Amino acid sequence: MSEQRRYFRGSTDGKKPRCTDPLAQARGEYDLVVIGSGLAGLTAANVLGSMGHRVALLEQHYNFGGMATWFKRRGGHVFDISLHGFPVGMVKTCRRYWSSEIASRIVRLDGIRFDNPQFTFDTTFTREDFTEKLVTQFGVARSTVEAFFDYLRGLNYYDDPRDTVGDCFERFFPGRNDIHRLLLEPIAYANGSTMEDPAIAYGIVFSNFMSKGVYTFTGGTDWLIGKMKEELRKNGVELFNNVQVERITVEHGRATGVIAHGRHLRARAVLSNANIRRTILELVGPEHFGAEFVREVEAVRLNNSSTQVYIGIREGCAVPWITDLLFTSRRERFDSSALCDFHGQSRTFSFYYPKVRPGSARHAIVSSTNANWKDWASLDAASYEREKARLIEATLVELERYVPNVRSMADHVEAATPRTFEFYTQHVQGASFGTKWEGLRPSMELASHIEGLFHSGSVGIIMSGWLGAANYGVITSNKVDLFLREAARAAAGGRA
Amino acid sequence: MNREEIVIAIKDIISTIAPDEELGSLALDVRLRDQIELDSMDFLDIVMELRKRYGVQVPEEDYMQLATLQGCVEYLGPKLESKSLVLTALKV
Repeated sequence: MSEQRRYFRGSTDGKKPRCTDPLAQARGEYDLVVIGSGLAGLTAANVLGSMGHRVALLEQHYNFGGMATWFKRRGGHVFDISLHGFPVGMVKTCRRYWSSEIASRIVRLDGIRFDNPQFTFDTTFTREDFTEKLVTQFGVARSTVEAFFDYLRGLNYYDDPRDTVGDCFERFFPGRNDIHRLLLEPIAYANGSTMEDPAIAYGIVFSNFMSKGVYTFTGGTDWLIGKMKEELRKNGVELFNNVQVERITVEHGRATGVIAHGRHLRARAVLSNANIRRTILELVGPEHFGAEFVREVEAVRLNNSSTQVYIGIREGCAVPWITDLLFTSRRERFDSSALCDFHGQSRTFSFYYPKVRPGSARHAIVSSTNANWKDWASLDAASYEREKARLIEATLVELERYVPNVRSMADHVEAATPRTFEFYTQHVQGASFGTKWEGLRPSMELASHIEGLFHSGSVGIIMSGWLGAANYGVITSNKVDLFLREAARAAAGGRA
Repeated sequence: MNREEIVIAIKDIISTIAPDEELGSLALDVRLRDQIELDSMDFLDIVMELRKRYGVQVPEEDYMQLATLQGCVEYLGPKLESKSLVLTALKV
């Protein structure tokens, strides 16, 4: 982690050294403490604050947003981590649970391109355009394509999760590795989906994208999170950053608050937006759950992590228009597990043109790959630096195919690895997309094991990504609101 | 609230959730999601609004009861009997 250390004088771990008590302004008791400010935690805090509950939101990092984040570097560079694109549903979610001003900043991407040995084209990433391409370029019967889309669209949460993505693709497009690549590669980058995951998880997310294409925020992640903080404060939510929660306290089978910085913040309910495994196995502790539930949670598989390379373009230089989102690979055939290969041959480039931040003339390019924690976790310091340099070099070589003079235009380049993601988000193994399907149940049913304890965040693939996470925050808010109202009613009845 | 008012109450909630939908001609006995664009998040919003406005709890296992306007009237009738109509969006 030596690459972070240089940014904050006096820090021993790369994070900003703390001089003051981050909880100095906190009250002793809340209706609800939310742990973690990813989009699920933020949205839940906002919804429940607007319903009149007294909410404290605690974030271990100095920025709010979780993976919806950004960072700045000397030379005027701003890099967005996860602003690659989300489905149109985000407009409704923002309008309803945030503000119409936030919703009004959502715009459709102008370009999405695939470039790999099997096919190269631009697409609007909609059902209409994919249908046209599958029929005219891939030679599939229109009725098959329609049946495929209808099947995915019709899947719902209660369907059998044993039908896998691979099964489903083979049924509709047998042996068509090129089509499997078209359908899965972008979603694998969006939420870590693989051929072995349930078709239902893939189908929900893919259908959401296919309805109207891919969208982003004008103004960048920093603008968005700034606006969200304004809304939260307006709704009475108290925000605390740099707060490391050590424990969730449980008394007589009920969640009673959290311990952080030596203080016990009491609450009628606790909503964890931390990783589900960490929430149950570390923040609460297995001793508070039945053995069977603990085994179930221990068996929850995490999704993969990521690497990114951030390329900051010098002031005054402009990247010519290519596209917004470029899915690129040198691999002859598609293999979903190879997307996570150590120094693999596939990556996504997000091109951030000045339109992303109106008023700024700056360009930036972010390259993302999926990655496995184990490939990076145990490298010693020297090997780690060497492998990062290798990642950066391979990325620039690929990028030169599209932006030939990128090396002369870039004046800041750095890499993030699974270790970087683990370090900043505290996600177990740097997981970028939460958990596989089986993480959904323990997350949804947490309150039936410990009264007043809720979870919301990236689980089960479908709750991952910007839209999934924000909507899951609302789904959990509904449960928390019901619980808090019932608890208040019971307390009032008890006094009467 | 009487039965007619319950229909108005539901339409008022829907009109805040789906402001672009035309609600005047909704049939009572056809599933709402077959007549207008409502997804599962929209139904969740209806449930949350019912709790906020009228203190009515709809447990998850009863969500299906709200699939049609007629179903809403049957299911919510006893729960809303003593409540008065709250309008936020519709003008009656």
